Amino acid sequence: MIAFEKIVFYLFAAILVYAATRVITVRNPVHAALHLVLAFFTCAALWLLLEAEFLAITLVLVYVGAVMVLFLFVVMMLDINTSPIREGFIRYLPVGLSVAGLMLFEMYLVVHSRYFSAGQMPAPVPHAADYSNTRELGSVLYTDYVYPFEIASVILVVAIIAAIALTMRKRKGTKTQNPAEQVKVRSTDRVRVIKMEAETKD
Amino acid sequence: MAETSYIDWILTGVFILAKILIIVIPLMLSVAYLTYAERKIIGYMQLRIGPNRVGPRGWLQPIADAVKLMFKEIIVPSKSNPYLFVIAPTLVIAPALAAWAVIPFSDGLVLADVDASLLYILALTSIGVYGVIIAGWASNSKYAFLSTMRSAAQIVSYEIAMGFALVGVLMAAGSINLGDIVRAQEGGFLHWYWLPLLPLFVIYFVSGVAETNRAPFDVAEGESEIVAGFHVEYSGMAFAVFFLAEYANMILIATLAALMFMGGWLSPFQGIPVLEPMFNWVPGLFWLLAKTSLFLFCYLWFRATFPRYRYDQIMRLGWKVFIPITIVWLAIEGAAVVGGLGPWFD
Repeated sequence: MIAFEKIVFYLFAAILVYAATRVITVRNPVHAALHLVLAFFTCAALWLLLEAEFLAITLVLVYVGAVMVLFLFVVMMLDINTSPIREGFIRYLPVGLSVAGLMLFEMYLVVHSRYFSAGQMPAPVPHAADYSNTRELGSVLYTDYVYPFEIASVILVVAIIAAIALTMRKRKGTKTQNPAEQVKVRSTDRVRVIKMEAETKD
Repeated sequence: MAETSYIDWILTGVFILAKILIIVIPLMLSVAYLTYAERKIIGYMQLRIGPNRVGPRGWLQPIADAVKLMFKEIIVPSKSNPYLFVIAPTLVIAPALAAWAVIPFSDGLVLADVDASLLYILALTSIGVYGVIIAGWASNSKYAFLSTMRSAAQIVSYEIAMGFALVGVLMAAGSINLGDIVRAQEGGFLHWYWLPLLPLFVIYFVSGVAETNRAPFDVAEGESEIVAGFHVEYSGMAFAVFFLAEYANMILIATLAALMFMGGWLSPFQGIPVLEPMFNWVPGLFWLLAKTSLFLFCYLWFRATFPRYRYDQIMRLGWKVFIPITIVWLAIEGAAVVGGLGPWFD
C-alpha cells in the first residue's frame, strides 16, 4: 500500500503539471493568468508536504494574494489579442527547442552529478509535531544570515523607491483633491444668501 | 506511519469531517441570523420596525429568505464564461470557510492547531478576492467589471495595512499561533492588546471592514452607481453563496479582532477581586462569542451611520494614513518590547 503523502504528492504534482501546461497553451490571457494562480497554489501545497509551511503560506500570500491579483487586473484591462503573438511559431521553434534541450541537459547534469544524485541525497527525516518551521527560519534569518537579509531588504526598498520615482510623472491638466482643504470648507464659502425683493413676471 | 491501514484513514477523515460540520453548521446559522440582526438593528436605528411578518417577531425571516433563494433559477448570462461564472462563488466561499480551521474557540478548542495560523488566515483572506475578480470578469457586464477593478485595488491596498497591524500583534505575543496570542494576553481587561496596540487595533478593524467590502467602504457593491457590483448578474443560490461568504467573512474579521486585541476567550473580570470568582463558571466560548457580537454590532452600526466613502478617499486613507501610522507604531512598539514595558511586554 502507498503512503498517504505519496498519493497527495502525485495528486498535486499532476494538477501542477496540468496548470503549468495550460498557462502556455490556452488562448485567452486571463485564463492563462488564472492557471498560473492554480500552479502557484498547488506548488504551495507541495511545499507544505516538505514541511516548509512558512514558505508555502508566504507563496500564497505574496504571489497568489497580491502579485497575481495586480497581474490579472492589468491583463483584464488591456484585453490583449494573442493571435499576433502566436504568429511565427515555426520560425521560433528551433530556438525554443534548443533552449529546452539545453535546460534538460543542465538538469540531467545536476541530478546525476556526484553531489546531488538520489543516492547522495537521503530522504529528509520528518520532524516532531512541535517543530515550527517559521520559528526555525526566523532564528536562522536573524542570526546567521542577518547581513544578507538586511542587504536584500535595503535593495528591495531602493527598488520600490526607484520604481515609484521612475513612473511618477506630473501630467498637465490633471485635477487632484486636497482633503485637508476640503474638510475646512464651510457653507459660507460656497453659498451666498442674497436678500432681495420679490420680482414679478414682467 | 506506513503501517496505518485504509480503515484508519477513513476513520480519521470522517472524524475531521464531523468536526468541520460542528463548526460550519453553527457558522451558517450565525450568518442567517446576522442578516436578520442587521435588518432589525438598522431598522430600529432608522425608526423602522424591520422584518416582522415571518414567524413570531420575524424570527423565521432568514429561513424564508434561504428557501426562496434556493428555489430561484440561476441565470447564466449569454456571452459570459460559463465555467468561470460558476467557479467564482465557490472561490469566494471556500477561503471564507477554510479560514475557520485555525480559529481557537476556547483554550485548546481548535480544529487545526497550526503554528503559523495567523499567516494562514492572512493568506486565505487574500485569496478571497479571486472570486470577486473572476465573477466580475466572467459576467461579461460593464457594471460587474467596474466593481471588480475597484474591489481588487481596494483589497490589495488594505491588506498591507492589515498585515502590518498583525505584525504588531505577533511582535507583542512573540508567536503567530492564535492560541498563543490569546494566552499571552492573560491577566485582565487592561492586559489585552487593545490598549498598547490601540492604533493598530483601530486600523485592523477599519481595514477589516474595507476587506469585506462593507459600508462605508462598499464601493465594490455601490448600489447607487453600479447596481450591485460584481454579483449583479448572479441570481438564486449563486448569489446566495456570495452573500454567505460576505457575512462569514464579517464574522471571521470580528472573531479575529476579538482574539488578537480583546483577549479572545479570556474573562474580562480576570484579576478583579470579587467579580473574577463570580464569573468563573462562564465558559470561555461565551466570552469569545460576546466579544465577536460586539464587533459585529459595530459593523451594522457603521452601515447605519456613515455615508459611502469616495473612491479616492478610500485609497488615500489606506495608503497615506493607515500604512504610515502602522509603521510608526511598530517602531514605538519595538522600543516598548526592548524596554520590557509592563504589563504587556515583560
